[in-house]
Amino acid sequence: MLSYLARRTLTLIPLLFGITLVSFLVIHLAPGSPIDVLADLNPKMTAEAKQRLITYYGLDKPLHERYWQWLRRFLALDFGVSFSADRRAVMDKIKEALPITITINVLSLLLIFLVAVPIGAYSASHLYSTFDKVLTVFVYIGFAIPTFWLALLTLILFSVQLEWLPISGLSSLDYPQLSLAGKMWDLVSHLILPVLLSAFSGLAGLSRYMRGSMLEVMRQEYITAARSKGLSEAEVIYKHALRNALLPVVTILGLSVPGLIGGSVIFEQIFGIPGMGRLFFTGVMSRDYPLVMGILTIGAFLTLLGNLLADVSYAIVDPRIRRGGAG
Amino acid sequence: MIWGSVWGALRRNPLTLFGGCVVVFLFAVAVSATLLPIPDPYAIDADAVLEVPSFAHPFGTDELGRDVLSRVVYGARISLWVGFVSVGIAIVIGTLLGSIGGYYGGWVDGLIMRFVDVMLCFPTFFLILAVIAFLEPNIGTIMAIIGLTGWMGVCRLVRAEFLSLKERDFVQSARALGVGNLRIIARHILPNSLTPVMVAAILGVAGAILTESALSFLGIGVQPPTPSWGNILTSGKDNIQIAWWLSLFPGLAILLTVLSYNLLGEGLRDALDPRLRGMR
Amino acid sequence: MGARGLIVFFSLSLSLSLYLSGCGERQRAETPAPNPKPGAVGLEPAHGDTVVEGSIGEATNLIPMLASDSASHNIAGLIINGLVKYDKDVRLVGDLAESWEVSQGGLQITFKLHRNVRWHDRHPFTAHDVLFGFQTIINPATPTAYAEDFRQVKKAEVIDDYTFRVTYEKPFAPALSSWGNLVVLPKHLLEGKDVTKSDLARRPIGTGPYRFKEWISRDRVILEANPDYFEGRPFIDRYVIRVIPDLATMFLELKAGGLDLMGLTPIQYKRQTDDPFFRDNFSKYRYLANAYTYLGYNLLEPKFQDKRVRQALTYAIDKDEIIKVVLLGLGAPATGPYKPGLWFYNPNVKNYPHDPAKALALLKEAGWADRDSDGILDKDGQPFEFTVITNEGNALRHRTAVIIQERLKKIGIRIKIRVIEWSAFINEFIDKKDFEATILGWTTGFEPDQYDIWHSSKTGKKELNFISYKNPEVDELLEAGRRTFEQEKRKAIYGRFQEILAEEQPYAFLYVPEALPIVHARIHGIEPSPLGISYNFHRWYVPKESQKYGRVALLP
Repeated sequence: MLSYLARRTLTLIPLLFGITLVSFLVIHLAPGSPIDVLADLNPKMTAEAKQRLITYYGLDKPLHERYWQWLRRFLALDFGVSFSADRRAVMDKIKEALPITITINVLSLLLIFLVAVPIGAYSASHLYSTFDKVLTVFVYIGFAIPTFWLALLTLILFSVQLEWLPISGLSSLDYPQLSLAGKMWDLVSHLILPVLLSAFSGLAGLSRYMRGSMLEVMRQEYITAARSKGLSEAEVIYKHALRNALLPVVTILGLSVPGLIGGSVIFEQIFGIPGMGRLFFTGVMSRDYPLVMGILTIGAFLTLLGNLLADVSYAIVDPRIRRGGAG
Repeated sequence: MIWGSVWGALRRNPLTLFGGCVVVFLFAVAVSATLLPIPDPYAIDADAVLEVPSFAHPFGTDELGRDVLSRVVYGARISLWVGFVSVGIAIVIGTLLGSIGGYYGGWVDGLIMRFVDVMLCFPTFFLILAVIAFLEPNIGTIMAIIGLTGWMGVCRLVRAEFLSLKERDFVQSARALGVGNLRIIARHILPNSLTPVMVAAILGVAGAILTESALSFLGIGVQPPTPSWGNILTSGKDNIQIAWWLSLFPGLAILLTVLSYNLLGEGLRDALDPRLRGMR
Repeated sequence: MGARGLIVFFSLSLSLSLYLSGCGERQRAETPAPNPKPGAVGLEPAHGDTVVEGSIGEATNLIPMLASDSASHNIAGLIINGLVKYDKDVRLVGDLAESWEVSQGGLQITFKLHRNVRWHDRHPFTAHDVLFGFQTIINPATPTAYAEDFRQVKKAEVIDDYTFRVTYEKPFAPALSSWGNLVVLPKHLLEGKDVTKSDLARRPIGTGPYRFKEWISRDRVILEANPDYFEGRPFIDRYVIRVIPDLATMFLELKAGGLDLMGLTPIQYKRQTDDPFFRDNFSKYRYLANAYTYLGYNLLEPKFQDKRVRQALTYAIDKDEIIKVVLLGLGAPATGPYKPGLWFYNPNVKNYPHDPAKALALLKEAGWADRDSDGILDKDGQPFEFTVITNEGNALRHRTAVIIQERLKKIGIRIKIRVIEWSAFINEFIDKKDFEATILGWTTGFEPDQYDIWHSSKTGKKELNFISYKNPEVDELLEAGRRTFEQEKRKAIYGRFQEILAEEQPYAFLYVPEALPIVHARIHGIEPSPLGISYNFHRWYVPKESQKYGRVALLP
């Protein structure tokens, strides 16, 4: 197991290098420069003042030099200083925003997993029942609806019309004065809609996938064998089929991490959540190069980690993988 | 060969047939938009700002008094165009790299697949945002970047097909006869690996339309005055409490289109290539 | 929000939300908005309560000289004072300066400072803080956009702890107004340190009516009343600014009671807040913002060099239509580079009512006519076509462009619209003068000097006269305006300047939008002025019985 882990981790190194290279190129090949944003066509900004800023940020150096510089710092987990007027370390900004986005995404993943697996399995074992058909409809709508639109509709329904849930942000103004239970509910109520909505399309996808995987497994010989041994249908399904059907689902769950992180831009924008998606979007709109590169890299790194976790848990369950070597 | 089984799949599954009909219908509407008896989608009417649906404007008017029905119809052109071209780009890149990797194997394949792995690690939407925001948010950039960040799945599919097909007898015998590599790829392997590519393309169109609408939400999608479903829906979002029609109709258009492409794509996949059932 | 001090900067407004920030004209009479009357029975000023404002963008840096976004300046304006400020009638009055004296024909200003002022950390404020701030802002290592005005200073000196004197090289009329809150820094906290790395950027210490309490990134900034404020303790205990990046969400938040104050869009003002709920719970205000939007021509393009062509384009554009559709009537036509109502505004300049026939006649005089009957005007075989560029993210400008496109199409001029991301827009197109025409806006101030935008010496690359406007008489007027101190003389100088611009139409001046703040009805003490509503925030109050958030315990 250890050697599998080691091998698997080694394959990550070239990937990490590729990730940094792609991030760097994407950002630096675009025209324009962050100084324009700082200057903002300000009449009091002279050409010399601009030149000073350019030197300050090292923007006058050639591309490969900047990449090399950046890479060396990256290895020390130092993403440099943000171009925005606050001049804060990019790492500090990411540290602030990352836990929020991770919390929401982990909650969504959990929700997706906990809801999708049972309904997918149920649907597969009750093929073409009403439930199965309803699920199919839900799945297709889940895929097809623009989520920002749905988010706004739910906001209007639950927060404005029914007044059950808060609208935006992560905590209420009176949060520090609340009791412990009050604080808990305050946090939970702020998270309900964002988590539900970011889980929505993933939920649709995964339950569909679970259903497919389950159907696949049910056709296998060992299921037929189990049946012929006289095991009850419930035993067949929950003891044998479910476990095997879960394996590919875990992998897919790992693969859905980048989608969730990407989607966080939209949700955090609508629900006013101070997470990484918004940090990234403001960074992009103000050409905060170090920030954008930092987040792109961290985002890719997280995906890598998610895939690694999925692979490792897969390998723990299924010994064949370990022997088969890293794919 | 392929078309026969497509027809079979359509006939057997009513949902697939429904998807197929809607896809064809939308395509027809988009192509013939200029011939339809609807007002100019760019004509501004200062006295008809945000009017409710009426006989003159069945889908109401928008914040510049333009006819929403016309804009949704012309938006179909733009949205489908974005879908087709970006998927086209993704297919070309994915097929090219996938067949090279799958056919030649070795370090070339290794390099390509590592590149695929790297690209798959990025939250695609972040990558798209970064590039579009840094370039001009015009329709060309949007199509290009959606395509450039969406080819990895196709590449993997094609490579897998190639890996299995190149060991098959007809390829081996062609090679024994001294047929050139390019010719083997183009004539013998590629046509046999197109089914999954076609399915991926159909599903990809749906994805691209949704991506464009998400970009529009952030203000960096197709730019007004050109109508796209995404940007009509976005202006509807800002007026959602006073002008339901401005978000309902483009929202439904997106829903229906994406739904149909998904139904068609999945139906075809299940019928043509059962191995892929359940995968996306 | 907050007393904005005297930042006379012309940043291009990026979005509508910026219009709320600055200051503005008194309410216009068309639809009188409900205006709570201070001092009515049962409405005595009382301490307590919290005001929550919504903002699209987040502040970046609360040291004013280092920030160039309005969100930062709005917050810093409540925390940090300047030496002088504008009063509600836009007259310069003392802030930290008790009085000042101008001597040597305007070359020297001596400020007498208040003696009882303390920084929020209780350290006394003295003239050394002003000198330190001045030295910091002119230090080439300080990345500030506001140094130019201070570079005109020949000598700055501390006479004693409460007397500060500056001497200028040449007479410089905008001098006094530059001594706002950009230059005052706490020397005892910053001396010997790098101001760009100071944590005062995120935890500022000032002398103002509010002191900094907490900043949760991308979520909210909380300020609380300064009980020792030298002009008296403010009434409102707490001021919270919440960052909500989506306009639709922000409006829902206002409706649900999560916000007390935000800037409305014209549609929200006209169509979404006109019901009993909003009438009972909120007060709406409207006044002309300190900004205008224009269509600027690149005068290096041969077809725009003919004054008649530019005049014709202005005749062909229907400004009233733009205001009606884009602003839903909530704005005024712009006739020049100043906001109507200010003392230097000249209302008697050449006017261009919408008149397509006149436009065609002028174009014909200039040689443009539809000779090949393809519906497009032509001259020397070239059709009259050009591209208008504008920045992305500003829906009002996009709609303006679309309306102009339709209008010009009707007289046979074809324009294309390109929307370009801000940084590329400035760097690749505006700075390099690689454009034919552009729709943009300027934020204007209370000082008429616009040397940087119109003087012929400012037409270099990356300078603000990017349309390359050159007029010797305008140059002379702009120079004279800077040297002249008497308001009447300046008024004449800038009046003539506006006449020339109106005649020459280097821009088609389009409109001045209105700022449309909405404030919860429980909040009293608001007195709209040309500065807007927020300049006297520290005098706002909520009567005891209608307080929503209660008292906040303030430690001395």
